[in-house]
Amino acid sequence: MIDREQVLHVARLARLELTDDEVGRMATELSSILGHIETISALELDDVPPTSHVVEVANALREDVPQPCLPREVALANAPAVQDDGFLVPSPQATVTA
Amino acid sequence: MNDITALTAKQAADAVAKGDLDPTELFEAYRTRAAADELNAYTWVADEAGAGGSVSGTAALPLGGVPLAVKDLFCTEGVPSQAGSRILEGYCPPYTATVVDQLARAGAPLLAKTNQDEFAMGSSNENSAYGPVLNPWDHTRVPGGSSGGSAAAVAGGSAPWALGTDTGGSIRQPAALCGIVGLKPTYGTVSRYGMIAFASSLDQAGPLTRDVTDAALLYGHMTGRDPRDSTSLQHPEAITLPTATRLDGITLGVPDDLTGEGVEDGVMARFEETLELAVSLGATVRRVPLPNADYGLSAYYVIAPAEASSNLARFDGVRYGKRVPADDLVSMYTRTRHDGFGPEVKRRIMLGTYALSSGYYDAYYGKAQRVRTKIAEDFKNAFESVDFVVTPTTPTVAFELGAKTDDPLSMYLNDYFTVPMPLAGIPAISIPAGLSDDLPVGFQLAGPAFSENRILDAAYALEQAIGFAEQAPDRPWVAA
Repeated sequence: MIDREQVLHVARLARLELTDDEVGRMATELSSILGHIETISALELDDVPPTSHVVEVANALREDVPQPCLPREVALANAPAVQDDGFLVPSPQATVTA
Repeated sequence: MNDITALTAKQAADAVAKGDLDPTELFEAYRTRAAADELNAYTWVADEAGAGGSVSGTAALPLGGVPLAVKDLFCTEGVPSQAGSRILEGYCPPYTATVVDQLARAGAPLLAKTNQDEFAMGSSNENSAYGPVLNPWDHTRVPGGSSGGSAAAVAGGSAPWALGTDTGGSIRQPAALCGIVGLKPTYGTVSRYGMIAFASSLDQAGPLTRDVTDAALLYGHMTGRDPRDSTSLQHPEAITLPTATRLDGITLGVPDDLTGEGVEDGVMARFEETLELAVSLGATVRRVPLPNADYGLSAYYVIAPAEASSNLARFDGVRYGKRVPADDLVSMYTRTRHDGFGPEVKRRIMLGTYALSSGYYDAYYGKAQRVRTKIAEDFKNAFESVDFVVTPTTPTVAFELGAKTDDPLSMYLNDYFTVPMPLAGIPAISIPAGLSDDLPVGFQLAGPAFSENRILDAAYALEQAIGFAEQAPDRPWVAA
């Protein structure tokens, strides 16, 4: 039901590299799971509103008051790479090698 | 005092309040046990001083210094919080989850972080990057999941109580498989701030405890509106300790449509005996229609992965956690995520991304959200004629390690009885209802939104009548 091409397309959307082996396995497993999920596709529910929130609450707004945020060095402390007080990443302009 | 770890949390807190028990001694007793744990229930255990010296000064607080084990996905400042994932290996958050902080201030200091399925995705705890957890009743079996470490810790006697999270059953299912009590509260009554998210419209924190009283005591200090979680809300009632001994005037509804194939005979037998006990306490039992509940699993396995695929986009090797280097940004993302996520998490990200992708959104996600509305309506209608909906918590007792790892769908089917409640946002509890093949069986009781006090009372009355302590005198936390 879901083939290798679709798996690769979805993996690109999900920013997830998959090995060749994983692509094959994913196609089989997703097909089996989607087969089960198919049971809801036959239901006539066009007049039923989709759930947006499970508990009835009015708009939950807070006061627009500035609050202190994490100090820069604390926010950066867990980053794999840091430079000039910011997160360091490879160039977004570089040619994609994968 | 002898064997202080055999006390329930409430008994220990009472002993501390009376001056009969020193909370530092209690903390050390559990800390020693947790550090020597052989179930792989923990990913981190506090040192002697506790996290930040939090043990001293707890004696006068309502939770009396009774130490708390916390599922790894709750952020704890300066303490590893890895959500069972390789991608967060070594991550020490700069802040603490609201609920953990709230409980520490009420007198429950952080004892340890517990192992879990990666990002709470799993029903056996075999999806943890830090290895599977063993069931304390039988070390060849799973403890359930995803809060498997929390359940095994409490049932194994190395923690008096624990925090877990429930998205599709992740508190109630491991509680059932480990013979303890697990409460999934009404959506929104416990702040999700600092809980590493799986599926935000379903995730809810709750207690795993040795009895119903402990669950009420812990939950009572977990609730509250948190400005940092806009979906959190004030519980309309103060949570009180349960006292009911009878069920007069209470009607229990057994769903016609949620009988489920593949329920083991021993599980069904304990369920039916519990219903008979309920009748002997004055309750009425009747069948109740929940015509769409059978579709719960399908809707759940669209909605939860869809939300997860969005929530887990943040793990990209930029701000925290693992990074696999590459020359360009996109390859850095895709390789980091390939190496950092385990197979089940990849599967759910793929499933969720597929369900949300152009051309499939209406057929899957849109449809599932409509099914969700129907399931919530079913419960609403049911609660007009019954007080609680009751089911077995799981179709089977704890299964053997490795039994379902090659078949994701059969693993998902274990959540059959537990997924409809979070889809409807309503509370539900699992209590031990006896043994089958020397393994615990769970009885599930679900009620309308905000009915926790009634659920806890009914569960307490049943707990006294079931007498699990007499049925299982060698339960692991006593035998340990």
